[in-house]
Amino acid sequence: MLDVLIVDDSAAIRKILQRVLRQTEIPIGTVYEAGDGAEALETMRRQTIGLVLSDINMPNMDGLEFLTKMRAEQIWNGIPVLMVSTEGTQAKVLEAVGRGASGYVRKPFTAEQIQEKLVGLI
Amino acid sequence: MTTNTEAAQTLSQDELVEAIRGATDEVFTTMLNLTVAAGAEFVEKEEAVPCSGVVSLIGLAGAWVGSGSMACSAGCAAKIASALLMTPYTAIDEDVLDAVAEVTNMIIGNVKTALESRLGAMGLSTPTVIYGRNFQTRSSGNQKWTVVPFALGDDQMCVQVCISPNDDAGKKTTRTGFPVPHLLRT
Repeated sequence: MLDVLIVDDSAAIRKILQRVLRQTEIPIGTVYEAGDGAEALETMRRQTIGLVLSDINMPNMDGLEFLTKMRAEQIWNGIPVLMVSTEGTQAKVLEAVGRGASGYVRKPFTAEQIQEKLVGLI
Repeated sequence: MTTNTEAAQTLSQDELVEAIRGATDEVFTTMLNLTVAAGAEFVEKEEAVPCSGVVSLIGLAGAWVGSGSMACSAGCAAKIASALLMTPYTAIDEDVLDAVAEVTNMIIGNVKTALESRLGAMGLSTPTVIYGRNFQTRSSGNQKWTVVPFALGDDQMCVQVCISPNDDAGKKTTRTGFPVPHLLRT
């Protein structure tokens, strides 16, 4: 079973992504939630996370800073991170990939788009 | 792509309206499985008049600066939240306000993305949502807003954007006011 961390300041998006995850054929275990990058790092220190879905624009610590800090830790280096964000320019996607994102989905998204990306990552 | 230093200094009303219509239609179709019908756009200056309902506001900053917002009645907000979260809502609560904020974030975020290739990079603030009765907003600005009304079944909502070149970047704080939409006026 794969424990997942969803990082987004919107409770609505966290709820939607949780529902999408449960609809996949991927065996999902516990789904943890964080409202920003700082909360996400705290959760990762306490739990063994196998997959991260993260927004970019968030208060306190944004998704790109979270990604950079996460990838700086060797134990978290191999964990797939799917960025899910309204930021849709090529420059922003390339920046996220450069910082270690494994995949990118632009909001608004369909459940199928998220599921397709996840199958490719897991 | 246009960079901040060579950002375009003009943006036509048609370009902005097309970006608003395209982003709103895509968000409602993709995330809410709802169809919106765009009405005729108009330009509005801010006025301090009482209104009621839900207003969600997001700031844009960069080579161009401004704000974007979505406004609707409480009933329309509950309908939007019900469609987004696939849970019935009949009254305003935290879930409904969060859903409206996120829908606004996606719409204005996609308007920004559509305009960035011409206007240069811009940042997006996190949304602020206001819900109440008989409230007023005002600011020291003298901004014109491009307003696009949408019909959502029997309900009405509007998406509006106010944006202009950031000529004085780094010299002053840019603030934009907020015009109370006609549909919320009490």
